[in-house]
This record gives sequence, structure tokens and C-alpha cells, in this order.
Amino acid sequence: MTVSTALEAETEDADEQVPLLAVDNLRVSFGGREVVKGISFTARRGRCLAIVGESGSGKSVTARTLVGLTGPGSEVRSDRIELDGLDLSAPSERAWRAIRGCDIGFVLQDALVSLDQLRRVGDEIAEPLRVHGWGTAASRARKAVDLLDSVGVPEPAVKARQRPYELSGGLRQRALIASAIALDPKLVVADEPTTALDVTVQAQVLDLLAEAKARGTAIIMISHDLSVVARLADEVAVLRDGEIFEHGPVHEVLRDPRHAYTRALLDAIPSEHTRGTRLVRPAQGEDAPRRTRRPIDRGRPVLEAKQLSKVYRGPDKVDRTVVNDVSFQLFAGETLGIVGESGSGKTTTAGVALSLIAPTSGEVLLHGEAWSTLPPRRRRPLRKQIGVIYQDPLSSFDPRWPVGRIIVDALAMGHRPPSSRSAARERAVRLLEQVGLGEQHLDAAPLRLSGGQQQRVAIARALAPEPEVIICDEPVSALDVSIQAQVLDLLTDLQDELGVSYLFISHDLGVIHHMSDRIVVMKDGRVVESGAADEVFHRPRHPYTQRLLTALPLLARA
Amino acid sequence: MTALSLAPAAVRLRVRPATALSLLIVALLVVAVLAPAVLTSRSPNAIDLQHTLLSPSLSHPFGTDDAGRDLYTRVVYGARESFGIGLGATALAMAIAVLLGFTAGLARGIVDTVLTRILEVAFAFPVLLLALLLIAIRGPSLATEIVAVGIGSAPGYARMVRGQVLHVRQARYIQSSVALGHTWWAVIRQHLFPNAMRPLVAMLTLGVGQSIVWASGLAFLGLGVAPPSPEWGALLDAGRVSITTSPWLEIMPGLVIVLATLALTALGRTLQHRLEGAAR
Amino acid sequence: MTTAVQAVPLRAPLARSGVRAARRGLVKLATAILVLVAAASVTFFAQLLVPGDRATAILNQQTGRAQRWSAADLAPVNHQFGFDRPLLVQYANYVAGLFRGDLGTSYTQHRPVTEVIGDEIVPSLVLTVAALVTAWLIALAVILLTAKRNRFVSAIGSTWEALTASLPPYWIGVVLLVVFAVELRIFPVIGGTGASGTVLPVLALAIPLAGFLGQVTRDEFEKVLDQPFVITARTRGMSDTAVRLRHALRHSVLPAITLSGWALGALLSGAVIAENVFGRPGIGQVLVVAVNTRDVPTVSGIVLVVAGVYVIANLIVDLAYTLIDPRLRAS
Repeated sequence: MTVSTALEAETEDADEQVPLLAVDNLRVSFGGREVVKGISFTARRGRCLAIVGESGSGKSVTARTLVGLTGPGSEVRSDRIELDGLDLSAPSERAWRAIRGCDIGFVLQDALVSLDQLRRVGDEIAEPLRVHGWGTAASRARKAVDLLDSVGVPEPAVKARQRPYELSGGLRQRALIASAIALDPKLVVADEPTTALDVTVQAQVLDLLAEAKARGTAIIMISHDLSVVARLADEVAVLRDGEIFEHGPVHEVLRDPRHAYTRALLDAIPSEHTRGTRLVRPAQGEDAPRRTRRPIDRGRPVLEAKQLSKVYRGPDKVDRTVVNDVSFQLFAGETLGIVGESGSGKTTTAGVALSLIAPTSGEVLLHGEAWSTLPPRRRRPLRKQIGVIYQDPLSSFDPRWPVGRIIVDALAMGHRPPSSRSAARERAVRLLEQVGLGEQHLDAAPLRLSGGQQQRVAIARALAPEPEVIICDEPVSALDVSIQAQVLDLLTDLQDELGVSYLFISHDLGVIHHMSDRIVVMKDGRVVESGAADEVFHRPRHPYTQRLLTALPLLARA
Repeated sequence: MTALSLAPAAVRLRVRPATALSLLIVALLVVAVLAPAVLTSRSPNAIDLQHTLLSPSLSHPFGTDDAGRDLYTRVVYGARESFGIGLGATALAMAIAVLLGFTAGLARGIVDTVLTRILEVAFAFPVLLLALLLIAIRGPSLATEIVAVGIGSAPGYARMVRGQVLHVRQARYIQSSVALGHTWWAVIRQHLFPNAMRPLVAMLTLGVGQSIVWASGLAFLGLGVAPPSPEWGALLDAGRVSITTSPWLEIMPGLVIVLATLALTALGRTLQHRLEGAAR
Repeated sequence: MTTAVQAVPLRAPLARSGVRAARRGLVKLATAILVLVAAASVTFFAQLLVPGDRATAILNQQTGRAQRWSAADLAPVNHQFGFDRPLLVQYANYVAGLFRGDLGTSYTQHRPVTEVIGDEIVPSLVLTVAALVTAWLIALAVILLTAKRNRFVSAIGSTWEALTASLPPYWIGVVLLVVFAVELRIFPVIGGTGASGTVLPVLALAIPLAGFLGQVTRDEFEKVLDQPFVITARTRGMSDTAVRLRHALRHSVLPAITLSGWALGALLSGAVIAENVFGRPGIGQVLVVAVNTRDVPTVSGIVLVVAGVYVIANLIVDLAYTLIDPRLRAS
């Protein structure tokens, strides 16, 4: 928050400057279909413009167009694209090659796939130097180490000789940024630079970009995450369907948006403020409708984990303890949230709770009876009581099966298997309607559905056997904010209607806080904190929880 | 590419010209194997010393050989052996491969290790040399050729099957099926087997093409089924001598082999791309 | 005191990884030897598949008559080839002989198989290795030039590969022979083992293999060119050619390298045919004669030598693989 106030003081200076990058009426089309429909924006030295939008908005295309990598089959037209006096509206490929890496740096998301895994980190960072004829091989190697050091990578000389997969996620992303700023470009374009990163690492990466900004680099950041934007951006442009719907200083746009779309986007963000309400509002301006919850029966835990441990033996004969003495209870009708970063063991815990993974020690009880210790044959008929939905629903469907078959298959394994094919079909249709789809989706191939629709099918399948517990493993992490809101609302509606309990796993604190009644915080396989949602969030006791909460790029909302 | 739509609107296939051509060629081959009389009225061994070494013409599309036999007819009848060996050997290879590959992929542990080692050893024998070894031991015959090529190509397929089984086995949808409460057997039957075998269908067509090349190779060396069998490789071998004087004797059978293999390969690749696109 | 303690942690991990690598190498070598012994066992026991009694078969072959022989006639044959010893002893002697370099005795020539094969193997090996190298060069050139460019060029590239991969080597061989040796007289018809006599056979073997390797690599190459790290490379200002050579190539050759081990074995057997077509000296002639005279030990011997080549090639391929993709080294 202090970052934005400090910059307000400089706003007057920046206004005087000529913008570093000026784009007027940019239009991009692919094969006749227009994806970017005439947008205009500027980027100034020492300031960050965030271009925000959901998938399909055209934000990535815009970013790529700024470095001439729009892609094959594209047509780019504009009234003006000028970088510091240089005309970028139609340079030759050779001209582009001189600009890329030198005048404009580009940062992609997820360094794991954005860096060449077979080459050393030092070589990757030194590559822009080599391409633009900078120094000698030896001096380039030294500069690469210096760059690693400047982005805060410890032991830079050692790390430079390693390969990207040997570094942790955060260090990798820093190395990626280092390679983008190697030649001190005037403009840095970052396309979703913090996606797929843990919250604590996100904060570090944003700080790094802020440092570059303070040195005078102009930054254009593409993101779908408004809270990340709040931390770094000075200006925000909201893109939807190739058009800019809203454009202004960050605190204005986020605190008091003028456009309904922006407002809806902001409202759809789950957080502590949205607890107990539905995220999608029926009409603009109205208050969010509250949920009508069923009472939670605290006398009867439906799912109980007792001192679970899971140890894996690696190929090098080293034991890795992925889950370490984890215990929790899930009561009827409630949502227990498990929050943790990558490597915390939360997904393995889910697998053990489902009895798809056998624990090394400890046990899981279902309705107070043995569950994980049962022999598979006795456990199978009980599996209808517990269902699961995953982050990537498409991978959980047999690629050859249409939606109808997927659901009927689940119905047949449930508490009340349908007696005939027509009865099965009827119930499948009803299930689809319950999750917001329809009869027309029965014969659809899941591959052809959108991400949100696929997740709805997964929910329908999970509901079909009429379970009492559903384990949700990062169910909304791959969805756009507005779709995420719809799916979360669907889950809460179903809970209110059917009384089903959720074991809800996520790395997103806002989602967890919105959904959960009680929370378990995991780190490195251990439970570091647990308790009622409000308790954990407002009065965290463990230092890790505290760090997690402060790293969260919070939106300053009234 | 232009799209040809065959069949009524209810069943529409978008077929590229190349694929249509390949299908046609393979269809002709199948007819040649099953009912050669449909394609030619002559007999493959009908000697006609009045019309030896004629170059291709309307009545003799491929010309005649040194004994006056119509080359086209010989090629048609030769399909039985060449294509037949190809089909038989590939079928045998696939049967072995599925058995070994599935066992290794599903069982894992020590069974998998042992089977993989066995496959490694088997892999060290090139198909052609294994065939030669078997022929040296048992003498040349149709059965020996089919068994030899079949056993020789099996390890390659078995490796692929095993790889597919291992890959599909860790798929999320397998997990989901287990989580629903299906028995292991139901999961294998409904999900694992169909999805693991899918990409291998393309391999089959490629394999038949390869087997034809190998079988013809053996005949070319004079080690195929005994003459005067019109097996394609034998025709190539016979045609070598007169290549400068009567080149059609060498070129025509060779062209047929090339076309057959090409058609099968193209079909295989198309199937591969189609299936890869539908699955993930 | 303190310096010694500090020195240990620094050195130990390096030494440990070196020891681990050496141990892995030894395991691989031992496995390779086991594979060879297993292969030899297969060929040994395959001999028992000879219809009827082995001594009878040998005598029949020698005399050109198919008849039953008296015990007195069979005895010297049995003794000469050791058939009168218990089977396990025969097997043990066979395997022991392998380690000495003894591949048994030819049924027809009554000489050690190693003598029969003798120097003939060298020109075949030369042909094989040259064909592999040539195949790689052709495949790489075609891919670098045609992969993932405009539709027309890419289609030409993949059609060329599909076409050449389906061509039987003996057919290409004959066509090459006719066109370049007989008609154009650039190369000799019967070339012997000199350089000019090697070009056409090498091409006959290399072209189909190039098509096959190309198909496999092209698929990978096109997938790799869509990967994010390739885009990153472009954003640094790299030219398209540089991106292909410096980034994409390394990633996409991996499957083809794995296949090269197998390819070497297949090429050697293809060499048999090529030698037949071009009248070139090598084991091809030896092999065909041996098969025709049912000289099983010679054929087995050749098969084993080829298996040996394959195993060694695979060891080299494994090594090349870990050099190119260090991720495998870690596991």
C-alpha cells in the first residue's frame, strides 16, 4: 500500500514525461477473426501498466504483439505503435530481432517450461547478451552471475552452473527475469509472471519487478489476478473480448470501478469478505445474497484422519516424508479447508483420505468406522460414500466417453443404481441440470466443453453416487475468476441443499477463507495450525501462517 | 485439402485424397489375397513361349517374363504370399506383444523386470537375421517365414504396449474409476485396455508394411518359399538379371511393393494422427 | 582441525557422485554381458529345433542324400561336434567358448566359425556405420530445412520421409545401381570395398533409415517448437535458424538416438541384402551360403556378432542420452 502512495507523489512528474510506449488503435486478427479490436494504451518510464482480463480477452496476444511474436497467421494493424521514437507498427524481422531482448524484455510465466531445461541457467541468462554481440564468452559468463546476484539468487556462481529444474520455483522465476533484463531494456513485458507460483514466492517476484520499475524501467504486466496487480501496478486497463472496458490509476479502478464488468470481476473474488454469501450477484448494485446453511452436526465426524504419515522411498534410496503426523476431523455438513503451498503434502493427504494411497502409518475413519485399513474388497462397496473432484477435470474423464456415459457409470456405482437405461438417462439429465448444464450435454465430448463446464460435469459425476463427503482437490485453481465464482457458488448451493461435507484443498487463501468453516494449514507435510476459519485468519499463531497471510497481495477494499 | 464426403449425411467422413488413395490400394491388396481371379483371368504359371519378354502393353499391363508368363498376374497372385505373410506375421507379433506387454505393464515389480530383460534380449536379434537363423534350422517354408518375422517383430511391439500400459495406468481417469468403486478387472476392461491399445492400431498397419518388406527381402535372397512361387521378392530377384534389357521385370514388382508399403504407412500415420487428436 | 572438518563436506558429495556413476556404469556393462549370454543361449537351444537328429542332418547335407545312417556313421560326427556329451555340458562349453572368442565349428566347412566369418565382417561393419552416419545427416538436414515452415514445404518434407521410409533397401539398391552405375557410369557396377564402391550401398541403406529417423524426429521437433522456452529464446532476439539449432534440436533428437541402437542392428542385417545387390564382399555372402547349406553354427555365430554390435551400440546410446539430457543422470 505504501508503494502506491509513494508513487502518487511522482505522478505529477510522470505526467510531464512523454510516454515510452504509445499504442493507438491496435487491431489483431487471426484468419479473419478479430481478437484485439482497437485498443490504445501507453507505458511510461518507472511505471507499471497492468493489462487485466480473463482467458480469451486478448491480453496475451497484445503482449506478444509488442515484441512481434503474435504468431503465424496473424494480421496486426494499428494507427501507431511507438517505442521511444522507434516505429514498431511494421518492422522487418531483422529489426525485431534487434529490439527483442535489447529494448524490450519479455518474461513468460512458469520458468519450468519457459527456460530450456537442458541448458545451464548461466547460459540461458547470457544468451541475450550473446545474441546482441555483448562482450566475450568469459565476460558474459561473469555478467550472468552478476545478474543472478542482482535478482537475489543465493550462491549465484553455483546456481549458474546448474540447470533450471535443479532450482526451486522462486529462484527459477528470478533467473527468468534476470535473462529478460540482462541488457537493461527500457520496457519489460511480463505475461502472467506470478501464475503457478506460491504466494510467498509471488511476493518476492513482484518485489523484484518493483525494483526494476524503481530503476526507471517501464513495465507492462499481463495478469488475470487483480490482487497481484494491486501490489505492483500504477495503472490498470481491463480487457474483455479484445476491448478495453476500463482504464485508469490502480486505486481508482480497484476501489471504485466505473464499469459493471470490472465491478463484477471484483465482486467475484473470494475472500474473507465474501464468506457466507454467494459470489455471483443477480444484478448490479444489489448486495450479495446470503447462503442459507444447514446446521453442522459437530457430534459426528464423517471423515477422520488419525496421525497419517506417508513416506516415499526415492530411487536413490532416500526416504521422503511427504505427510507427517497429520490429523483432522470433518463433520457432517461442513467444509474443512486444507491450505498449503506446493510440497506441503496436501494432495497426498487427499489421496490417503480417499484411500487411493495407503498411508505408511495412521488411519482414516469413515463415519467412525475403519476405512483405510479395510482390505480393498470390503472397501469397494463403501466408496460410494466419498467422492472427489480434481483441478483438471478433463484428465479424470476417459477420453473416449461422452458426458452421459461418464455420469451413468457413476450412478451405477451409487446408493441407488438406476433400474433401467431410461431411468439412468433421466437421472443423468437431472444431475446435469442440478449443476447448471442440460440434456443437450449428455452426448457431448468433454474435450469440446469449456473449463467451467468440464468441472460441472466432474461435480455431477461426484454427486451421482450420493456421497456424504466430497474431496475437492484445487477444483477452481485453473479457472478464470468469473467462472471460479460460478463453480464455488455451485458447490456452496449443493452443500446447502444436500448437506454434503467438503474436504476443500487449495493454495489460494481467498478461496479457502471464503469456503471453509474450519481450516488446517499444512507445511512440509505437517499441520502447523488448525481451527475455525476466522481464528486462523485473524489471529494466526504459527509464524508460517503469519507469513502466508502477509505475503497475500491484498486488495485495499473499502 | 479438398474434402470428399462419402456415405450419407448421417455418417460423414472427411477424407483427404491421399488417404482415399491409400485405402483403395489396400482394398485392392485384400482382394488380391482373397480372390485373385477377380483382378486377373490368367494363371500365374501359364507359360507361353510365343510371347516371352514383352514390354508392358494393354493386354499385358506389366509385360511378360522369359517364360511368357504375364507379370501382372504373377504379381496379383504373389500378393497372397507377400501380403499374407505380412498379415500373419503381424497378427502373431501383436498377440505376443499384447500378452507380454500387458503382463509386464500391469504386474510391475519382479515380473516386469524379468519380462523387460527378456524383451531386451529378444530385441538384440534383428528380424531378418532371426528369420535366416530359423530358415537355416528348419528349412524355408511359409510357416517358418511367418513365425520368424512374427517372433522377430514382437519385442518391438511389446515394448510399445508396455510403455502405453504404464502411461495409461497412471492416468487420472483410472484413479477416478477406482475411486468410484470399480473392481480392478472392470477398470482394465473399460478403461486401461481400450485406451492403451488405441495408438497401437496405427502401429499395426505400419507393421504389416514392414513385414512385407522383410518377407520380400528373404525371397530376394532366394530363401523364400520355393519357386515358381510368384512371391514379390522372388520376382525382384529373378528380374535382376535382365534389368538392362527388360527393366519392367524388375521395376514393376518393386513398384507394387513400394506402393503397398506406402499405402499402409500412410494409412498408419493418418490413423495415428486421428487417434492422437481425439485422445490427449 | 577445523579446516579438515570443513574440507570433508565439500569433497564428499563429488566423490560420492563419481562413485555412483562408476557403479552405474559397471551395472550397465554387466547387464550387457548377461544379455549377450542370454542371446547365445537362445541360439544354442535353437539348434535343437533342427528336425530330426543333428548328426543325421549334417551327414544328409554333406552327401546330398536324405537317408538314415547307421550308428557307426553317426558316431564320428557326434564326437566331432560334441553331440555325444550331455546337453548341459555342451551348453557350458559353448558359453565358455564364447568368452574365449570361439563361436563353434561350422557344420559344412569343418572350420571354426570365427575363421569362416573372419575378415568378412569388417567391410559389413564399415558399410553399417557409414550408413548410420549418412542417415542421420540426411534426416537432420531435411528436418532443419522443412519442419514447421509454411504448409507446402512441411508437406514436402514429411511426404519425402514417408516415401523413403517405405522403400525396401534392395529395391533402392537396384534402382541406384541401374541409374548411377549402369546408365550414368558414375560408380562401378561391382565396386569392391573401396570408396567408390561404398557410396551406392551406403545410400541404399541410409535413405530408408533417414526417412524413418526423420519421421520420428520431425514429430518431436514440431512439438518442441511450440514450447514456451522456444518463445523465450525468440524474445531474446534469436533468429529462427538459431532457435532451431541451439534449442529445439537437442530436445527433439532424443527418441531418434534411442532408436539408433536398434538401427545399427537392423542396418547390419540390411547390409546382407545390400552386399547381395551390389556384389560387395562382406558377411552377406557367407550368410546366404550358410543358410542354404543349413550350417547352423555359422548363422548363429553371425547372429551373435550382430547381437554383440547391438548391445555395444546400446551402451553407447545410453551414454549419449545422459550427455544430452542430464535430467536422466540425476535419477
